Amino acid sequence: MKLLTHNMLTSKCMKGVSVGYPLSIKALDIRTVEVEFNPEFVAKMIPKIDWAVLCSAAESLGKTELPKEVIDNYENDQDFLKKVHHILLEVDVIDGELVCPETGRKFPINNGIPNMLLNEDEIYL
Amino acid sequence: MSHKTHPSRSNMNKTWTKYLLWFAQEHVDFRFAEIKSLISLFNIQMKFLRKPKDEPFWIVEFPSETEVKLLASRSVSLRNCIELWAYAPNMQKLHEELKQYPKCLMHPYLQAEKSFKIEVETFCKHFSQKQKVDKLETFSYLPMEGPVDLRNPDVTFQYVEYYGIVPHNPPEEPYEVFFGRWVASGLRQMIKKLSLKTRKFIGNTSMDPQLSLLMANQAKVTDGSLVLDPFVGSGSLLVAAAQFGGYVWGTDIDYLMLHGRTRPTRIRQKIRELDESVRANMKQYNMEHRYMDVLVNDFATPFWREDFRFDALITDPPYGIREATERVGTKKEGYEVKAEHLPTHIPAKIEYGISNIYKDLLRFAARHLRIGGRLVCWFPVFREDYTESVLPQHPCLHLVSNSEQTLSKVTSRRLLTFEKAREPTKDELDEHEVDIMDFREKYFVIREETRKERRLKQAKVREEDRLKHLNKQSL
Repeated sequence: MKLLTHNMLTSKCMKGVSVGYPLSIKALDIRTVEVEFNPEFVAKMIPKIDWAVLCSAAESLGKTELPKEVIDNYENDQDFLKKVHHILLEVDVIDGELVCPETGRKFPINNGIPNMLLNEDEIYL
Repeated sequence: MSHKTHPSRSNMNKTWTKYLLWFAQEHVDFRFAEIKSLISLFNIQMKFLRKPKDEPFWIVEFPSETEVKLLASRSVSLRNCIELWAYAPNMQKLHEELKQYPKCLMHPYLQAEKSFKIEVETFCKHFSQKQKVDKLETFSYLPMEGPVDLRNPDVTFQYVEYYGIVPHNPPEEPYEVFFGRWVASGLRQMIKKLSLKTRKFIGNTSMDPQLSLLMANQAKVTDGSLVLDPFVGSGSLLVAAAQFGGYVWGTDIDYLMLHGRTRPTRIRQKIRELDESVRANMKQYNMEHRYMDVLVNDFATPFWREDFRFDALITDPPYGIREATERVGTKKEGYEVKAEHLPTHIPAKIEYGISNIYKDLLRFAARHLRIGGRLVCWFPVFREDYTESVLPQHPCLHLVSNSEQTLSKVTSRRLLTFEKAREPTKDELDEHEVDIMDFREKYFVIREETRKERRLKQAKVREEDRLKHLNKQSL
């Protein structure tokens, strides 16, 4: 699971959860996979991202290179975009779990694939 | 001093160029929808010189060659685009027409430094090489100055004879003949490149590459598009979307499928390989950088942040025929999973009826697409029941195209393309009734009926034979 995906996930659909965001990450195995850098794409994603959530998620994985705030004029700053690219798309949680901030419900991640299946008693029917 | 003219004015002054668009005669009902989507994607203009029908040849006009090339760079239905120099009902008239084609337009392609070849193509009728060469010889009056190069010519001309679309019984003479300069080819070769036969990871209901690419075109996927398939399976739709530049996510309720642990689909394969996955498919086609994630997730309870907007949703939801329609749930009242069972509990599933799937899908699209973003999905129908009113609809989504693929005598599926027109109101997000007949229920009822009918018919024939036999004996 990439941190871009993590940034977009909430457990709000669970019974009794009102915000469910952000999920915390307990990582057991993190891999870094180098992928092609597309600066336009990264620049397009930045306004969609909850920056504070991205920073703290990255920190929880031991990655501290992101500044606390999005810098001005980021579209033209290749170094900054590269850093964001790395955090968003190259850091991959292979094994571990996501945890709902309200209920403590754990969602296991195996082989890089989070399992967000809920049990029968956790959903509105 | 330069001054800008109004675009429509300048177009009026410019002469547009005539092109022959030659399509593959396959999935004919999808052709028009694909071209319409691409024209809107690239924001290009195209004029029909005659109304397109089921025939594989369209005669159209574009402001310039750039537009044709753009269109061909993405079209899966297109075989060839030819700058049309002449067309006529027969060869003799074609030659007369061709001799009228302005020399100044011909000249750049006939110069001494341009190598060339002329291809003779016949549609729906076979000719020997000798016959083709004879046809070719009739063009000897063209003032080509360059050398012939059959392998790698600078300019390729095509002479095309059209014998209709009814195989096995072509007419003596062609209906129409065309001559022109080849400009671009469509993406037919990509269908082969993405063939399921050579793909790492496939499932029992993987979508074939041609239809997958058509879907990505319908969705107007382009470089940097955010694309989601909420019933992703083995990810064939994501392969096509990524091919056109999409960054792709998928979700599926089937844990074993996403982890490549279902029974193998290939008959010769005993067990699945360890690394079969959607990601492995992306890697196979060098598109790993466009793979975002897949999640095990029941579509009835999506985990996406409310304000996350996708550019495109492309999906083939389960119809309950070849794959189960399921969601998590139970019919037991007040059911709770006991704490000691939690770590290994596998949630029970209940039927996720087709009408609920499409209701959820359209509501999800209304929320999670950006305005102008598209939902492209298949919808199964009974052909006799079909009217546009049976299709799912939502006040925020416009149906922009609707193409049919026939599956059997009684059933077909329709590829629906919706475009989000506006953000939904709160009421529209909470509840929106979609009344859709359950395809699955009727599917099995109809099959039952035909089987019964067949038995009755066979019994009737036996009875008649028996009576005939008795009559013979009594004579």
